[in-house]
Amino acid sequence: MTTNSAELNKDTPLIKVENLVKSFGNFNALDNISTQIQKGEVVVIIGPSGSGKSTFLRCLNRLEEPTGGKIYFEGVDITDKHTNINKHRQRMGMVFQHFNLFPHMTIMKNLTIAPIKLQGISQEEAEKKAQSLLDRVGLGDRKNSYPGQLSGGQKQRIAIVRSLCMNPDVMLFDEPTSALDPEMVGEVLEVMRDLAKQQMTMAIVTHEMNFAKEVASRVIFMDDGKIIEENTPAEFFKNPKSDRAKLFLSKII
Amino acid sequence: MTNLLLSASFAERFTLNFIKEDRWKYIVDGLGVTLTITIFAVIIGIVLGMLVAIVRSTYEKTGKLWLFDKICRVYLTVIRGTPVVVQLLIIYFIIFGSVKIDKIVVAIIAFGINSGAYVAEIFRAGIMSIDNGQFEAGRSLGFNYAQTMFYIVMPQAFKNVLPALGNELIVLLKETSVSGYIALQDLTKGGDIIRSRTFDAFFPLIAVALIYLTIVMILTKLVELLERRLRNSDH
Repeated sequence: MTTNSAELNKDTPLIKVENLVKSFGNFNALDNISTQIQKGEVVVIIGPSGSGKSTFLRCLNRLEEPTGGKIYFEGVDITDKHTNINKHRQRMGMVFQHFNLFPHMTIMKNLTIAPIKLQGISQEEAEKKAQSLLDRVGLGDRKNSYPGQLSGGQKQRIAIVRSLCMNPDVMLFDEPTSALDPEMVGEVLEVMRDLAKQQMTMAIVTHEMNFAKEVASRVIFMDDGKIIEENTPAEFFKNPKSDRAKLFLSKII
Repeated sequence: MTNLLLSASFAERFTLNFIKEDRWKYIVDGLGVTLTITIFAVIIGIVLGMLVAIVRSTYEKTGKLWLFDKICRVYLTVIRGTPVVVQLLIIYFIIFGSVKIDKIVVAIIAFGINSGAYVAEIFRAGIMSIDNGQFEAGRSLGFNYAQTMFYIVMPQAFKNVLPALGNELIVLLKETSVSGYIALQDLTKGGDIIRSRTFDAFFPLIAVALIYLTIVMILTKLVELLERRLRNSDH
């Protein structure tokens, strides 16, 4: 290991995946995946259900333990057993389909517990940052509420803010709008769009094709645990190359 | 004799059982012993139970701590498979048989170890009832396993199992009534001693029963209050 984060230059990918394999028993959920994510990119991962897209995303911060292959994050091999994954996870925000807010804490506590306990930031400073982010997503007045008092869309916006409070270098979104009522999808996508504008690096698993077209810098199409196609959204949605992608797009649009 | 007692007035019998020769002291001193055993046994039980529950649920979730899990299983099987009186007698006559030790300490240890086994299963059920997403959210923020347990999983688990824990506390309080087997003068034994002196069963035994009942009702109320306070976040 000769690279360290100080030596990272602009060309070093933020995340580099090499021959990633994940199997559950005999079933290969991920079959030899290799790709890179550059700083500032918005990568949208699509594909039919069971294609391995969520598993791929969850391997990136090792919530799912890869069976084989390597993942480099900011130049460090995080699949190495000696890597302290907890340190790196602090720099990789993750947003879940079912929000997973902590129901026993107020919104403010949800947002500040990790920065205070893990980054040693003072409560005052953590709350100030949380408040300004809450204001940005339009929920500044809900800091003393509990998650159970919020709507799904509000919960997901809070979940995004919870990750942002850690100042991550990349945000991973695992179907962030799939559990929402239709009329609440927009408010969450709006926040994500806003993040994209601010050059946040993002990897997003989603079924929102219009959002992908509009915001993605690159689309990854997966099926059967493999990356079938990778392209700009304009090219991918207009001229899908593989038959599998053509079939998929014809069914959903 | 019986006829004599029956013909005696209520006040006379009350005086005979509680006032004469300061017999009320058996009840009061016994109550003190019962409460002392219960309070310290509960503390041991909760600490022990929490440790066992964490070991067992960690093994179930991650496959780690295999050896500790096996030890915990043996502990649960043995303790839950034998009567508490037998455990008390074994600890007093065999384990501490040749040691000079305060009987109250023996009872505290015996009931604490016994209660720990039941509390462990209560806590384990509580931990397993928490959605795995809570765990993943904690880990994804960078908390390690122990921090995630401590800050995120356990507080929610505790809230979920509070009614069951309250129940265990009540059971434990009443189970200490077998302390007389090692000649400890707890509340039950105290009442029984009065009965053997006055040959009147009614007054001392009903008094003892009413005292247990009152304490249980107070405990139930306290657990209810705590539950209501913790439920603040559920709306």
